[in-house]
Amino acid sequence: MRHFDYSRADSVDQAVATYAQSDAASFLAGGTNLLDMVKIDIMRPELMVDIHRLGLNNIETLDDGRLRVGALVTNTALARDATVKADYTVLSEALLSGASTQLRNKATTGGNMMQRVRCPYFRDGVSDCNKRDPGSGCSAIGGYNRSVHAVLGTSDQCIATYPSDMSVAMAAIGATVSVTGPDGSREIDFLDFHLLPGDKPWEEFALKDNELITHVTLDAPIQGAKSAYLKLRDRSSYQFALASSAVIVSLDGNTIRDARIAMGGVATKPWRAKQAEDALKGQPATEQTFARAAQIAMQDAKGYKHNAFKIPLGQQAIIRNLTTLTA
Amino acid sequence: MADKDDKRPDHDDQGKGRARGVEIHDARAPSRRNFLKSVGATSLAAATAPAWARVGYVNHDEQEPQDKRADEGEAPAKGTQRITLNVNGQAHTLDVTPNMVLLDVLRHQLALTGTKKGCDIGQCGACTVHVNGVSINSCLSLAVMHDGDEVTTVEGLGQNGKLHPIQQAFLDHDAYQCGYCTPGQMMSAVAILNDAEVASDDAAVREAMSGNICRCGAYKNILSAIQTARKNV
Repeated sequence: MRHFDYSRADSVDQAVATYAQSDAASFLAGGTNLLDMVKIDIMRPELMVDIHRLGLNNIETLDDGRLRVGALVTNTALARDATVKADYTVLSEALLSGASTQLRNKATTGGNMMQRVRCPYFRDGVSDCNKRDPGSGCSAIGGYNRSVHAVLGTSDQCIATYPSDMSVAMAAIGATVSVTGPDGSREIDFLDFHLLPGDKPWEEFALKDNELITHVTLDAPIQGAKSAYLKLRDRSSYQFALASSAVIVSLDGNTIRDARIAMGGVATKPWRAKQAEDALKGQPATEQTFARAAQIAMQDAKGYKHNAFKIPLGQQAIIRNLTTLTA
Repeated sequence: MADKDDKRPDHDDQGKGRARGVEIHDARAPSRRNFLKSVGATSLAAATAPAWARVGYVNHDEQEPQDKRADEGEAPAKGTQRITLNVNGQAHTLDVTPNMVLLDVLRHQLALTGTKKGCDIGQCGACTVHVNGVSINSCLSLAVMHDGDEVTTVEGLGQNGKLHPIQQAFLDHDAYQCGYCTPGQMMSAVAILNDAEVASDDAAVREAMSGNICRCGAYKNILSAIQTARKNV
């Protein structure tokens, strides 16, 4: 692994100030994705600002019913939190469906949001890739694009899927990201945090220079709702999604009162399907309703040479999840 | 993490009749392993002197301090930071560069070569150790981040010359073939057996163990070993 300087921060302000002094700094929390990419020489930080002892490890329910999660809460701790398991089941399930025990023990909430894509052309260090080498092109569009390539939110510059399961659940729940920079703190809507590739795939997050994620605050749970995360993949564990759905649904009798749907494995960012949600509300909880919502969720999808199967697979991920939840 | 080979089912009859030897590691005995270590260290020091050799040295006597500079009261060498690691119940003061991962410090500076380097990028689990009682991939963690932490490696499982129940169970169930993933498998297994939140059924154990890849495909016997050891932990 290449050399870098290291500085351990004792406060958020100190972390931000230290980070701002370098042109090529990285915040280091769990390190499970960052150090992986430094080892394969995809990321080349000159300064690591270690934030793992900043104490942002709390999960607390706010007076307005929302749940405030520290950026350094590990994936394991968040998945196992009693409130998360009871009121945000979809989030607990999404977390436990991702990575391995060892990685979840180390990976943090903020770091999970900041995961980079798993496209092999991004990771190989030599292929044309606009995320790694801006302006060089996208090798995946004309290359092998089956498993970690998207059908929603793609552009002519990048089609890599966004990898995190946790973020898909958060997109369904609704959340606010708190960040602190040199000029103070601000909040970003979770759905605006991850950027579509568009013409600049190398711009991935709505963070300004030198900003650090400190918390993610989940919207208050929908009263009386059930939720679940369904992840479809080539292998039943320790594998990224081909298609996944995070679904939250509440019923009045057999009528759908409220619903939230977000998708993973098929899109370039955590993909909230609001039109599909609207197609569910007030409708009977039948397979016909679910199929129509699933069709709407994927209606703008564009398949590439090897991944067009993700369009029906994504629809099935929605239909099956809704069917199980409303049974 | 994507696109790894499928885990293959184990073949029940593999390895039967193979010699079942257990090496109880004695750091002072002239074992094959220590002979190789000392030859390797000498030739390396004489030849290329890699980064780790400049700040630490291979010490075969685990009762002595492991880092010369710290031991002799000198300031850390330029570009290194002094940390304390508590490994298997023993405190070590070490000087490390920022880019040294915990795995390499354990193997190269502390000569604890039970922890294996497999993929070195967090995909295979061969490097699994416990830090403050929790299993992690030691290849994806900077040593400097672990200043003051309690680390347990496979060398710390057995106590007073007796195998840990998971080690005995792996032996009894022939839960390995080449053995390279075995230390990581056992560290994950112990963490799971100590974790009340992991259910005891086979499916839950398989899921919790999925971060440890066995290219020989000994999964079936690994699972049997864990479920047997459960009764003795």
